[in-house]
Amino acid sequence: MEYFIQLVIEGLATGSIYGALALAIVLVNRATGLINFAQGGMAVLSTFVAYALFDAGAPLALAILGAIVFAFALGAVLERVIVRPFERGDPDTAVVVTIGLFVLLGGVAAFFFGYEPRQFPSFFGLETLNIAGVFVSLRSIGTIVVLALVVVLLQVLFRGTKLGLAMRAVADNPVSASLSGLPVSWLLMIGWGLASVLGVIAGVLVAPQLFVSPGMLDFVLVYALAAAILGGLDSPQGAVIAAWFIGVIENLAGAYIDIVGNDLKIAVPFVVMIIILIVRPQGLFGRKVVVRV
Amino acid sequence: MTLLELEDVTASYGHAQVLHGISFRVGENAAAGILGANGAGKTTTLRAISGMVATGGKITYDGRDITGYRPDKVAALGIAHVPEGRGTLGDLSVRDNLRVGAYLRKDRKGVAADLDLCLDLFPNLRERIGSNASALSGGEQQMLAIARAIMAKPRLILLDEASLGLAPSTAQRVYQAIRRLRSEQGVAMVVVEQNAMLAFSVVDHAIVLETGKTSLSGSRDELMGLDEVRRAYLGG
Repeated sequence: MEYFIQLVIEGLATGSIYGALALAIVLVNRATGLINFAQGGMAVLSTFVAYALFDAGAPLALAILGAIVFAFALGAVLERVIVRPFERGDPDTAVVVTIGLFVLLGGVAAFFFGYEPRQFPSFFGLETLNIAGVFVSLRSIGTIVVLALVVVLLQVLFRGTKLGLAMRAVADNPVSASLSGLPVSWLLMIGWGLASVLGVIAGVLVAPQLFVSPGMLDFVLVYALAAAILGGLDSPQGAVIAAWFIGVIENLAGAYIDIVGNDLKIAVPFVVMIIILIVRPQGLFGRKVVVRV
Repeated sequence: MTLLELEDVTASYGHAQVLHGISFRVGENAAAGILGANGAGKTTTLRAISGMVATGGKITYDGRDITGYRPDKVAALGIAHVPEGRGTLGDLSVRDNLRVGAYLRKDRKGVAADLDLCLDLFPNLRERIGSNASALSGGEQQMLAIARAIMAKPRLILLDEASLGLAPSTAQRVYQAIRRLRSEQGVAMVVVEQNAMLAFSVVDHAIVLETGKTSLSGSRDELMGLDEVRRAYLGG
Protein backbone atom coordinates (compact mmCIF):
# COMPACT_ATOMS: atom_id res chain seq x y z
CA MET A 1 0.00 0.00 0.00
CA GLU A 2 2.79 2.42 0.94
CA TYR A 3 4.47 1.63 -2.36
CA PHE A 4 1.24 2.33 -4.22
CA ILE A 5 0.82 5.70 -2.54
CA GLN A 6 4.43 6.49 -3.29
CA LEU A 7 3.89 5.70 -6.96
CA VAL A 8 0.76 7.86 -7.06
CA ILE A 9 2.52 10.85 -5.49
CA GLU A 10 5.46 10.54 -7.85
CA GLY A 11 3.00 10.25 -10.72
CA LEU A 12 1.25 13.40 -9.57
CA ALA A 13 4.59 15.20 -9.44
CA THR A 14 5.51 14.16 -12.99
CA GLY A 15 1.96 14.99 -14.03
CA SER A 16 2.34 18.46 -12.52
CA ILE A 17 5.22 19.17 -14.88
CA TYR A 18 3.14 18.05 -17.86
CA GLY A 19 0.34 20.12 -16.38
CA ALA A 20 2.29 23.37 -16.33
CA LEU A 21 3.11 23.03 -20.01
CA ALA A 22 -0.42 21.81 -20.80
CA LEU A 23 -1.82 24.95 -19.14
CA ALA A 24 0.41 27.03 -21.39
CA ILE A 25 -0.95 25.24 -24.44
CA VAL A 26 -4.55 25.69 -23.28
CA LEU A 27 -4.01 29.38 -22.54
CA VAL A 28 -2.75 30.12 -26.04
CA ASN A 29 -5.35 27.89 -27.62
CA ARG A 30 -8.16 29.74 -25.87
CA ALA A 31 -6.80 33.11 -26.88
CA THR A 32 -5.92 32.39 -30.49
CA GLY A 33 -7.32 28.98 -31.39
CA LEU A 34 -3.79 27.76 -32.09
CA ILE A 35 -1.94 24.75 -30.80
CA ASN A 36 1.44 26.22 -30.07
CA PHE A 37 4.22 23.68 -30.46
CA ALA A 38 6.78 26.42 -29.91
CA GLN A 39 5.80 26.33 -26.24
CA GLY A 40 8.40 23.60 -25.71
CA GLY A 41 11.17 25.59 -27.39
CA MET A 42 10.30 28.76 -25.50
CA ALA A 43 10.45 26.82 -22.24
CA VAL A 44 13.82 25.22 -23.08
CA LEU A 45 15.46 28.49 -24.04
CA SER A 46 14.13 30.16 -20.89
CA THR A 47 15.33 27.27 -18.74
CA PHE A 48 18.78 27.76 -20.24
CA VAL A 49 18.59 31.38 -19.14
CA ALA A 50 17.93 30.15 -15.58
CA TYR A 51 20.90 27.82 -15.94
CA ALA A 52 23.17 30.55 -17.30
CA LEU A 53 22.23 32.98 -14.52
CA PHE A 54 22.79 30.33 -11.87
CA ASP A 55 26.05 29.29 -13.50
CA ALA A 56 27.18 32.91 -13.42
CA GLY A 57 26.72 32.92 -9.67
CA ALA A 58 23.19 34.23 -9.17
CA PRO A 59 21.21 32.70 -6.28
CA LEU A 60 18.83 30.00 -7.52
CA ALA A 61 15.67 31.99 -6.74
CA LEU A 62 17.02 35.00 -8.59
CA ALA A 63 18.07 32.86 -11.57
CA ILE A 64 14.56 31.42 -11.79
CA LEU A 65 13.00 34.87 -11.46
CA GLY A 66 15.25 36.14 -14.23
CA ALA A 67 14.23 33.24 -16.44
CA ILE A 68 10.56 34.01 -15.77
CA VAL A 69 11.03 37.62 -16.85
CA PHE A 70 12.93 36.45 -19.94
CA ALA A 71 10.21 33.91 -20.75
CA PHE A 72 7.49 36.55 -20.54
CA ALA A 73 9.37 38.86 -22.88
CA LEU A 74 10.21 36.02 -25.26
CA GLY A 75 6.58 34.91 -25.49
CA ALA A 76 5.30 38.44 -26.03
CA VAL A 77 7.91 39.25 -28.68
CA LEU A 78 7.42 35.99 -30.59
CA GLU A 79 3.67 36.57 -30.71
CA ARG A 80 4.10 40.13 -31.91
CA VAL A 81 6.84 39.56 -34.47
CA ILE A 82 6.47 36.04 -35.81
CA VAL A 83 3.04 34.62 -35.03
CA ARG A 84 0.88 37.76 -35.44
CA PRO A 85 0.83 37.72 -39.26
CA PHE A 86 -0.48 34.14 -39.22
CA GLU A 87 -3.10 34.47 -36.50
CA ARG A 88 -5.97 35.48 -38.74
CA GLY A 89 -5.02 33.15 -41.56
CA ASP A 90 -5.20 29.43 -42.09
CA PRO A 91 -4.76 27.69 -38.69
CA ASP A 92 -2.80 24.84 -40.31
CA THR A 93 -0.22 27.30 -41.58
CA ALA A 94 0.05 28.88 -38.16
CA VAL A 95 0.59 25.52 -36.47
CA VAL A 96 3.37 24.67 -38.91
CA VAL A 97 4.92 28.05 -38.09
CA THR A 98 4.88 27.16 -34.38
CA ILE A 99 6.50 23.77 -35.12
CA GLY A 100 9.19 25.61 -37.06
CA LEU A 101 9.66 27.94 -34.11
CA PHE A 102 9.96 24.97 -31.78
CA VAL A 103 12.84 23.59 -33.85
CA LEU A 104 14.40 27.02 -34.26
CA LEU A 105 14.37 27.80 -30.53
CA GLY A 106 15.92 24.42 -29.74
CA GLY A 107 18.59 25.27 -32.30
CA VAL A 108 19.20 28.66 -30.71
CA ALA A 109 19.63 26.97 -27.32
CA ALA A 110 22.05 24.45 -28.85
CA PHE A 111 23.99 27.22 -30.58
CA PHE A 112 24.67 29.01 -27.29
CA PHE A 113 24.91 26.09 -24.89
CA GLY A 114 25.66 22.97 -26.95
CA TYR A 115 24.02 19.58 -26.57
CA GLU A 116 25.84 18.45 -23.46
CA PRO A 117 23.33 18.05 -20.61
CA ARG A 118 23.90 20.52 -17.78
CA GLN A 119 23.10 19.93 -14.15
CA PHE A 120 20.56 22.19 -12.53
CA PRO A 121 19.77 22.18 -8.80
CA SER A 122 16.33 21.59 -7.41
CA PHE A 123 14.64 24.46 -5.67
CA PHE A 124 13.35 22.02 -3.07
CA GLY A 125 16.52 20.21 -2.09
CA LEU A 126 17.11 16.48 -2.18
CA GLU A 127 15.58 15.27 1.08
CA THR A 128 13.10 12.46 1.21
CA LEU A 129 10.37 12.46 3.80
CA ASN A 130 9.02 9.41 5.52
CA ILE A 131 5.34 9.99 6.17
CA ALA A 132 3.86 6.93 7.90
CA GLY A 133 6.03 4.59 5.89
CA VAL A 134 5.53 6.39 2.60
CA PHE A 135 8.74 7.77 1.17
CA VAL A 136 8.25 10.89 -0.87
CA SER A 137 10.85 13.36 -2.02
CA LEU A 138 10.51 16.98 -1.08
CA ARG A 139 10.93 17.69 -4.78
CA SER A 140 7.79 15.72 -5.67
CA ILE A 141 5.73 17.51 -3.06
CA GLY A 142 7.18 20.87 -4.04
CA THR A 143 6.37 20.26 -7.70
CA ILE A 144 2.76 19.39 -6.93
CA VAL A 145 2.40 22.43 -4.66
CA VAL A 146 3.85 24.74 -7.31
CA LEU A 147 1.37 23.56 -9.90
CA ALA A 148 -1.53 23.86 -7.45
CA LEU A 149 -0.38 27.40 -6.71
CA VAL A 150 -0.17 28.20 -10.42
CA VAL A 151 -3.74 26.97 -10.91
CA VAL A 152 -5.01 29.11 -8.03
CA LEU A 153 -3.15 32.18 -9.30
CA LEU A 154 -4.53 31.71 -12.82
CA GLN A 155 -8.01 31.36 -11.38
CA VAL A 156 -7.57 34.61 -9.44
CA LEU A 157 -6.21 36.31 -12.54
CA PHE A 158 -9.02 35.21 -14.84
CA ARG A 159 -11.93 35.44 -12.43
CA GLY A 160 -10.86 38.22 -10.12
CA THR A 161 -9.03 40.87 -12.14
CA LYS A 162 -9.88 43.28 -14.90
CA LEU A 163 -6.92 42.07 -16.95
CA GLY A 164 -8.23 38.50 -16.69
CA LEU A 165 -11.70 39.63 -17.71
CA ALA A 166 -10.22 41.38 -20.73
CA MET A 167 -8.20 38.29 -21.67
CA ARG A 168 -11.29 36.11 -21.46
CA ALA A 169 -13.19 38.61 -23.62
CA VAL A 170 -10.46 38.62 -26.27
CA ALA A 171 -10.34 34.83 -26.25
CA ASP A 172 -14.10 34.75 -26.74
CA ASN A 173 -14.47 37.27 -29.55
CA PRO A 174 -11.57 39.57 -30.40
CA VAL A 175 -13.49 41.73 -32.86
CA SER A 176 -16.29 42.35 -30.43
CA ALA A 177 -13.83 42.94 -27.60
CA SER A 178 -12.05 45.62 -29.60
CA LEU A 179 -15.37 47.41 -30.10
CA SER A 180 -15.52 47.80 -26.32
CA GLY A 181 -12.11 49.43 -26.43
CA LEU A 182 -10.01 46.45 -25.39
CA PRO A 183 -6.46 46.65 -26.77
CA VAL A 184 -6.61 43.22 -28.38
CA SER A 185 -3.05 43.06 -29.68
CA TRP A 186 -1.59 43.96 -26.28
CA LEU A 187 -3.74 41.39 -24.57
CA LEU A 188 -2.62 38.68 -26.99
CA MET A 189 1.00 39.54 -26.29
CA ILE A 190 0.38 39.33 -22.56
CA GLY A 191 -1.37 36.00 -23.05
CA TRP A 192 1.64 34.58 -24.90
CA GLY A 193 4.00 35.99 -22.31
CA LEU A 194 2.01 34.36 -19.55
CA ALA A 195 1.91 31.01 -21.36
CA SER A 196 5.65 31.22 -21.86
CA VAL A 197 6.10 31.77 -18.10
CA LEU A 198 4.12 28.57 -17.43
CA GLY A 199 6.49 26.79 -19.80
CA VAL A 200 9.62 27.91 -17.97
CA ILE A 201 8.05 26.83 -14.68
CA ALA A 202 7.72 23.34 -16.18
CA GLY A 203 11.29 23.56 -17.44
CA VAL A 204 12.77 24.59 -14.11
CA LEU A 205 10.76 21.96 -12.25
CA VAL A 206 11.92 19.15 -14.50
CA ALA A 207 15.51 20.34 -15.03
CA PRO A 208 17.04 18.78 -11.88
CA GLN A 209 15.76 15.39 -13.02
CA LEU A 210 16.37 15.53 -16.77
CA PHE A 211 19.28 18.01 -16.86
CA VAL A 212 19.20 21.06 -19.08
CA SER A 213 19.66 20.30 -22.76
CA PRO A 214 18.05 21.46 -26.01
CA GLY A 215 15.89 18.32 -26.21
CA MET A 216 14.99 18.17 -22.51
CA LEU A 217 11.31 18.96 -22.96
CA ASP A 218 10.60 17.00 -26.14
CA PHE A 219 8.74 14.18 -24.46
CA VAL A 220 7.28 16.47 -21.78
CA LEU A 221 5.76 18.50 -24.62
CA VAL A 222 4.21 15.39 -26.12
CA TYR A 223 2.63 14.50 -22.77
CA ALA A 224 1.54 18.09 -22.25
CA LEU A 225 -0.17 18.08 -25.64
CA ALA A 226 -1.83 14.80 -24.73
CA ALA A 227 -3.02 16.30 -21.43
CA ALA A 228 -4.29 19.46 -23.11
CA ILE A 229 -6.27 17.45 -25.64
CA LEU A 230 -7.50 14.93 -23.11
CA GLY A 231 -8.62 17.81 -20.89
CA GLY A 232 -10.56 19.34 -23.74
CA LEU A 233 -8.11 22.00 -25.01
CA ASP A 234 -10.14 24.92 -23.67
CA SER A 235 -10.33 23.88 -20.05
CA PRO A 236 -7.42 24.77 -17.71
CA GLN A 237 -8.81 22.57 -14.94
CA GLY A 238 -9.28 19.77 -17.45
CA ALA A 239 -5.67 20.05 -18.62
CA VAL A 240 -4.31 19.80 -15.07
CA ILE A 241 -6.50 16.88 -14.10
CA ALA A 242 -5.66 15.08 -17.34
CA ALA A 243 -1.95 15.76 -16.78
CA TRP A 244 -2.12 14.30 -13.28
CA PHE A 245 -4.04 11.35 -14.63
CA ILE A 246 -1.40 10.74 -17.30
CA GLY A 247 1.46 11.00 -14.81
CA VAL A 248 -0.16 8.55 -12.41
CA ILE A 249 -1.23 6.03 -15.06
CA GLU A 250 2.22 6.06 -16.59
CA ASN A 251 3.85 5.41 -13.23
CA LEU A 252 1.43 2.71 -12.09
CA ALA A 253 1.47 0.83 -15.38
CA GLY A 254 5.26 0.83 -15.39
CA ALA A 255 5.40 -0.63 -11.90
CA TYR A 256 2.54 -3.11 -11.88
CA ILE A 257 2.08 -4.40 -15.42
CA ASP A 258 5.10 -6.59 -16.09
CA ILE A 259 5.18 -6.49 -19.85
CA VAL A 260 4.90 -2.71 -19.79
CA GLY A 261 7.96 -2.02 -17.66
CA ASN A 262 10.05 1.10 -17.99
CA ASP A 263 10.37 1.12 -21.75
CA LEU A 264 6.76 0.81 -22.74
CA LYS A 265 5.31 2.88 -19.94
CA ILE A 266 5.56 6.04 -21.98
CA ALA A 267 3.03 4.55 -24.41
CA VAL A 268 0.40 3.74 -21.80
CA PRO A 269 -1.05 7.25 -21.42
CA PHE A 270 -1.50 7.45 -25.16
CA VAL A 271 -3.38 4.19 -25.35
CA VAL A 272 -5.66 5.44 -22.56
CA MET A 273 -5.99 8.81 -24.29
CA ILE A 274 -7.03 7.26 -27.58
CA ILE A 275 -9.64 5.10 -25.87
CA ILE A 276 -11.08 8.08 -23.99
CA LEU A 277 -11.16 10.26 -27.09
CA ILE A 278 -13.00 7.57 -29.03
CA VAL A 279 -15.70 7.61 -26.36
CA ARG A 280 -15.60 11.35 -25.69
CA PRO A 281 -14.22 13.22 -28.71
CA GLN A 282 -14.46 16.59 -26.94
CA GLY A 283 -12.08 15.37 -24.21
CA LEU A 284 -12.82 14.92 -20.55
CA PHE A 285 -13.75 18.52 -19.81
CA GLY A 286 -14.10 20.14 -23.21
CA ARG A 287 -17.38 21.49 -24.34
CA LYS A 288 -19.02 19.83 -27.27
CA VAL A 289 -18.95 22.30 -30.11
CA VAL A 290 -22.53 22.60 -31.21
CA VAL A 291 -22.91 23.83 -34.73
CA ARG A 292 -26.13 25.76 -35.15
CA VAL A 293 -27.56 25.46 -38.61
CA MET B 1 -22.99 71.11 -33.35
CA THR B 2 -21.88 68.29 -35.61
CA LEU B 3 -20.67 65.25 -33.68
CA LEU B 4 -19.91 62.92 -36.57
CA GLU B 5 -19.32 63.75 -40.19
CA LEU B 6 -18.56 61.44 -43.10
CA GLU B 7 -17.22 63.08 -46.24
CA ASP B 8 -17.00 61.06 -49.40
CA VAL B 9 -16.15 57.91 -47.45
CA THR B 10 -15.07 54.81 -49.37
CA ALA B 11 -14.41 51.34 -48.02
CA SER B 12 -13.25 48.04 -49.41
CA TYR B 13 -12.71 44.45 -48.40
CA GLY B 14 -9.55 43.38 -50.18
CA HIS B 15 -10.06 44.43 -53.79
CA ALA B 16 -13.83 44.66 -53.53
CA GLN B 17 -14.85 48.26 -53.01
CA VAL B 18 -18.16 48.38 -51.18
CA LEU B 19 -18.61 52.06 -50.44
CA HIS B 20 -18.16 54.60 -53.24
CA GLY B 21 -18.40 57.90 -51.45
CA ILE B 22 -20.84 58.28 -48.58
CA SER B 23 -21.45 61.60 -46.89
CA PHE B 24 -23.64 62.49 -43.94
CA ARG B 25 -23.65 64.23 -40.60
CA VAL B 26 -24.97 63.47 -37.17
CA GLY B 27 -25.45 66.31 -34.73
CA GLU B 28 -24.86 66.17 -31.01
CA ASN B 29 -27.80 64.32 -29.42
CA ALA B 30 -29.24 63.58 -32.88
CA ALA B 31 -30.03 60.28 -34.53
CA ALA B 32 -29.42 59.44 -38.18
CA GLY B 33 -30.75 56.42 -40.01
CA ILE B 34 -29.14 54.46 -42.81
CA LEU B 35 -31.64 52.63 -44.96
CA GLY B 36 -31.13 50.48 -47.99
CA ALA B 37 -31.41 47.03 -49.45
CA ASN B 38 -29.19 44.11 -48.51
CA GLY B 39 -25.65 44.66 -49.73
CA ALA B 40 -26.08 48.40 -50.16
CA GLY B 41 -23.25 49.07 -47.71
CA LYS B 42 -25.10 49.93 -44.49
CA THR B 43 -23.08 47.66 -42.23
CA THR B 44 -19.87 48.60 -44.01
CA THR B 45 -20.58 52.28 -43.32
CA LEU B 46 -20.69 51.55 -39.58
CA ARG B 47 -17.57 49.40 -39.88
CA ALA B 48 -15.78 52.25 -41.62
CA ILE B 49 -16.58 54.55 -38.71
CA SER B 50 -15.27 51.95 -36.24
CA GLY B 51 -12.10 51.29 -38.20
CA MET B 52 -12.98 47.70 -39.03
CA VAL B 53 -12.42 48.03 -42.82
CA ALA B 54 -9.93 49.77 -45.05
CA THR B 55 -11.39 53.25 -45.44
CA GLY B 56 -10.86 56.30 -47.64
CA GLY B 57 -12.36 59.77 -47.55
CA LYS B 58 -12.70 61.56 -44.26
CA ILE B 59 -14.47 60.71 -41.02
CA THR B 60 -14.55 63.44 -38.40
CA TYR B 61 -15.76 62.87 -34.86
CA ASP B 62 -15.97 65.64 -32.32
CA GLY B 63 -13.72 67.80 -34.47
CA ARG B 64 -11.05 65.11 -34.86
CA ASP B 65 -10.17 63.19 -38.01
CA ILE B 66 -10.60 59.55 -37.02
CA THR B 67 -10.24 57.98 -40.47
CA GLY B 68 -8.26 54.75 -40.14
CA TYR B 69 -8.30 54.68 -36.34
CA ARG B 70 -8.22 51.19 -34.81
CA PRO B 71 -11.52 49.91 -33.35
CA ASP B 72 -10.33 50.15 -29.74
CA LYS B 73 -9.17 53.75 -30.29
CA VAL B 74 -12.52 54.67 -31.82
CA ALA B 75 -14.28 53.08 -28.86
CA ALA B 76 -12.07 55.02 -26.46
CA LEU B 77 -13.29 58.27 -28.02
CA GLY B 78 -16.86 57.50 -27.01
CA ILE B 79 -18.30 55.62 -29.98
CA ALA B 80 -20.01 52.35 -29.06
CA HIS B 81 -20.72 49.94 -31.90
CA VAL B 82 -23.46 47.32 -31.50
CA PRO B 83 -22.37 45.08 -34.36
CA GLU B 84 -24.40 43.05 -36.78
CA GLY B 85 -24.96 39.63 -35.23
CA ARG B 86 -24.83 41.21 -31.75
CA GLY B 87 -21.25 40.26 -30.90
CA THR B 88 -22.03 39.19 -27.37
CA LEU B 89 -19.26 37.26 -25.61
CA GLY B 90 -20.86 33.82 -25.44
CA ASP B 91 -18.66 32.19 -22.82
CA LEU B 92 -18.88 35.14 -20.48
CA SER B 93 -21.75 35.77 -18.09
CA VAL B 94 -24.18 38.62 -18.69
CA ARG B 95 -22.53 40.51 -15.84
CA ASP B 96 -19.06 40.00 -17.32
CA ASN B 97 -20.28 41.12 -20.75
CA LEU B 98 -21.46 44.34 -19.13
CA ARG B 99 -18.17 44.73 -17.25
CA VAL B 100 -16.32 44.37 -20.55
CA GLY B 101 -18.52 47.15 -21.92
CA ALA B 102 -17.31 49.41 -19.11
CA TYR B 103 -13.68 48.30 -19.53
CA LEU B 104 -12.27 51.74 -20.28
CA ARG B 105 -14.10 53.56 -17.50
CA LYS B 106 -12.58 54.52 -14.19
CA ASP B 107 -15.67 56.02 -12.50
CA ARG B 108 -16.93 53.14 -10.37
CA LYS B 109 -20.03 55.03 -9.27
CA GLY B 110 -20.95 55.93 -12.81
CA VAL B 111 -20.50 52.31 -13.90
CA ALA B 112 -22.77 51.09 -11.09
CA ALA B 113 -25.38 53.67 -12.06
CA ASP B 114 -25.24 52.63 -15.71
CA LEU B 115 -25.57 48.98 -14.72
CA ASP B 116 -28.79 49.92 -12.95
CA LEU B 117 -29.90 51.85 -16.01
CA CYS B 118 -29.28 48.81 -18.25
CA LEU B 119 -31.13 46.44 -15.97
CA ASP B 120 -33.96 48.95 -15.74
CA LEU B 121 -34.14 49.26 -19.54
CA PHE B 122 -33.90 45.49 -20.00
CA PRO B 123 -35.43 43.71 -16.99
CA ASN B 124 -34.83 40.34 -18.70
CA LEU B 125 -31.11 40.79 -18.20
CA ARG B 126 -31.54 41.21 -14.46
CA GLU B 127 -32.90 37.68 -14.23
CA ARG B 128 -30.13 36.28 -16.43
CA ILE B 129 -27.25 38.24 -14.91
CA GLY B 130 -25.27 35.11 -13.98
CA SER B 131 -26.01 33.11 -17.15
CA ASN B 132 -23.58 32.75 -20.01
CA ALA B 133 -24.51 35.04 -22.87
CA SER B 134 -24.69 32.04 -25.21
CA ALA B 135 -27.61 30.69 -23.14
CA LEU B 136 -29.76 33.77 -23.81
CA SER B 137 -32.52 33.98 -26.39
CA GLY B 138 -31.91 36.04 -29.52
CA GLY B 139 -33.88 38.96 -28.13
CA GLU B 140 -32.03 38.87 -24.83
CA GLN B 141 -28.70 38.75 -26.65
CA GLN B 142 -29.67 41.84 -28.62
CA MET B 143 -30.61 43.57 -25.38
CA LEU B 144 -27.27 42.53 -23.89
CA ALA B 145 -25.40 43.85 -26.92
CA ILE B 146 -27.10 47.23 -26.54
CA ALA B 147 -26.58 47.21 -22.78
CA ARG B 148 -22.88 46.48 -23.30
CA ALA B 149 -22.69 49.57 -25.49
CA ILE B 150 -24.50 51.67 -22.87
CA MET B 151 -21.98 50.55 -20.23
CA ALA B 152 -19.26 52.38 -22.16
CA LYS B 153 -21.15 55.64 -21.54
CA PRO B 154 -20.77 56.59 -25.19
CA ARG B 155 -21.68 59.88 -26.84
CA LEU B 156 -22.56 58.04 -30.02
CA ILE B 157 -24.00 54.56 -30.54
CA LEU B 158 -23.76 52.76 -33.87
CA LEU B 159 -26.64 50.33 -33.99
CA ASP B 160 -26.59 47.63 -36.66
CA GLU B 161 -29.82 45.78 -37.47
CA ALA B 162 -31.06 45.52 -33.91
CA SER B 163 -34.33 43.93 -35.04
CA LEU B 164 -32.76 41.22 -37.20
CA GLY B 165 -34.11 37.76 -36.44
CA LEU B 166 -36.35 38.94 -33.62
CA ALA B 167 -40.07 38.34 -33.23
CA PRO B 168 -41.97 41.57 -34.00
CA SER B 169 -43.02 42.05 -30.38
CA THR B 170 -39.43 41.59 -29.17
CA ALA B 171 -38.16 44.00 -31.80
CA GLN B 172 -40.71 46.54 -30.56
CA ARG B 173 -39.46 46.15 -27.01
CA VAL B 174 -35.86 46.59 -28.09
CA TYR B 175 -36.74 49.77 -29.96
CA GLN B 176 -38.77 51.06 -27.04
CA ALA B 177 -35.62 50.84 -24.96
CA ILE B 178 -33.63 52.58 -27.70
CA ARG B 179 -36.15 55.42 -27.79
CA ARG B 180 -35.92 55.76 -24.03
CA LEU B 181 -32.16 55.87 -24.30
CA ARG B 182 -32.49 58.69 -26.83
CA SER B 183 -34.97 60.72 -24.86
CA GLU B 184 -33.59 60.20 -21.35
CA GLN B 185 -29.85 60.04 -21.99
CA GLY B 186 -29.59 62.10 -25.15
CA VAL B 187 -27.13 59.67 -26.76
CA ALA B 188 -26.51 60.35 -30.43
CA MET B 189 -27.07 57.40 -32.76
CA VAL B 190 -26.52 56.05 -36.21
CA VAL B 191 -29.18 53.42 -36.81
CA VAL B 192 -28.90 50.84 -39.55
CA GLU B 193 -32.17 49.04 -39.98
CA GLN B 194 -33.97 46.93 -42.57
CA ASN B 195 -37.26 47.70 -40.95
CA ALA B 196 -37.75 51.35 -41.88
CA MET B 197 -40.77 51.81 -39.61
CA LEU B 198 -38.60 50.92 -36.62
CA ALA B 199 -35.80 53.16 -37.84
CA PHE B 200 -38.15 56.10 -38.33
CA SER B 201 -39.40 55.66 -34.79
CA VAL B 202 -35.94 56.69 -33.54
CA VAL B 203 -34.13 58.84 -36.12
CA ASP B 204 -34.73 62.43 -37.08
CA HIS B 205 -33.01 62.20 -40.44
CA ALA B 206 -31.73 59.45 -42.68
CA ILE B 207 -29.88 58.51 -45.82
CA VAL B 208 -30.79 55.80 -48.26
CA LEU B 209 -27.94 53.77 -49.73
CA GLU B 210 -27.89 52.06 -53.08
CA THR B 211 -24.87 49.91 -54.01
CA GLY B 212 -22.46 51.88 -51.88
CA LYS B 213 -23.69 55.36 -52.78
CA THR B 214 -26.10 57.77 -51.13
CA SER B 215 -29.23 57.84 -53.25
CA LEU B 216 -31.45 59.94 -51.00
CA SER B 217 -31.12 61.93 -47.85
CA GLY B 218 -33.41 64.11 -45.85
CA SER B 219 -35.33 64.57 -42.65
CA ARG B 220 -37.51 61.79 -41.37
CA ASP B 221 -40.70 63.52 -42.51
CA GLU B 222 -39.33 64.36 -45.95
CA LEU B 223 -38.28 60.78 -46.55
CA MET B 224 -41.50 59.30 -45.22
CA GLY B 225 -43.37 61.53 -47.63
CA LEU B 226 -41.55 60.25 -50.69
CA ASP B 227 -43.36 57.67 -52.80
CA GLU B 228 -40.20 55.72 -53.60
CA VAL B 229 -39.32 55.40 -49.90
CA ARG B 230 -42.85 54.40 -49.03
CA ARG B 231 -42.95 51.77 -51.75
CA ALA B 232 -39.52 50.32 -51.07
CA TYR B 233 -39.33 50.47 -47.30
CA LEU B 234 -42.68 51.18 -45.73
CA GLY B 235 -44.81 48.65 -47.52
CA GLY B 236 -47.01 51.08 -49.45
